[in-house]
Amino acid sequence: MRPASAQAAVPRSPPAAGIDAIDRRIVAATQAGLPRVPRPYHAVADEIGITAAEVMRRSRHMLDAGIIRRIGAVPNHYALGYRANGMTVWDVPDDRVRELGRIIGALDFVSHAYHRPRHPPDWPYNLFAMVHGRDRAEVEEKVRRIAAFLGDNDRGHDVLYSTRILKKTGLRIGQ
Amino acid sequence: MDATDRKIVNALQGGFPVSERPYAEAATKLGIGEDDLIRRLDTLLSDGTLTRFGPMYHAERLGGALTLAAMRIPPQDFERVAETVNRFPEVAHNYARTHDFNMWFVLATETPERITEVIGEIERATGYRVYNMPKLEEFYVGLRFEA
Repeated sequence: MRPASAQAAVPRSPPAAGIDAIDRRIVAATQAGLPRVPRPYHAVADEIGITAAEVMRRSRHMLDAGIIRRIGAVPNHYALGYRANGMTVWDVPDDRVRELGRIIGALDFVSHAYHRPRHPPDWPYNLFAMVHGRDRAEVEEKVRRIAAFLGDNDRGHDVLYSTRILKKTGLRIGQ
Repeated sequence: MDATDRKIVNALQGGFPVSERPYAEAATKLGIGEDDLIRRLDTLLSDGTLTRFGPMYHAERLGGALTLAAMRIPPQDFERVAETVNRFPEVAHNYARTHDFNMWFVLATETPERITEVIGEIERATGYRVYNMPKLEEFYVGLRFEA
């Protein structure tokens, strides 16, 4: 097993490796959020019975290793007025998907971009990008901007809007 | 939500410190007091402007497996299939979308092997094909929603 510090430098590192039972307790204690008290890491430490220094050391390590993506506020985009959320899907040449995915993923109105497998002939698309806008017209306008960026590499695209949440349970990480 | 709240939402979508007094540090940068920041975060969470405040974990790196899966269900059969699919505890969220591929759900399992098994079980239970669309690569920057 590679040391966890080496994983941080490798974006496509294998999953899991670096977390132990104490890390999992930190995850379980904070996945709903960080306590809003002046010394939140101390509060977490008290809850799980280790020192605050240990909570902070492990938290920094999980940040470096990409186990924690970021620490901060997660806005409810509906509450901020972003009511239209389009899953845009693109058929781009496989040998350029990484380069193009990075460009599209860095656009300020794209929250996530992914390379996913095609399922020809039913599903020709290999690049997904979540586009957020105040309404569908704004999403469509942004889709045209992505299409312009892609130029000839856009061999077909579509936008799927969510119309209904059929099920929503958060991802729960067991202790 | 006033101008200070908007500053908080815009500035604190990442980079919150890991330190003794992180709220005090973040508050100083925003030009407000520690108490004020904590109180405003509490309000933004309770009124639903924020869904969470804290660390965002990378699910796969915690050891489980995730995938996105899609199905094409004829409208007359949609509700039955939705019910069947939702009964699987591995289905974390499920959305109806505007497309022939009209049902999209996330599968979360303890192990990668279990993903394949659950897909087979859903296909047998519903009679429809499940298209597995795991991410092959993620181009993640992290959206900054402007408040």
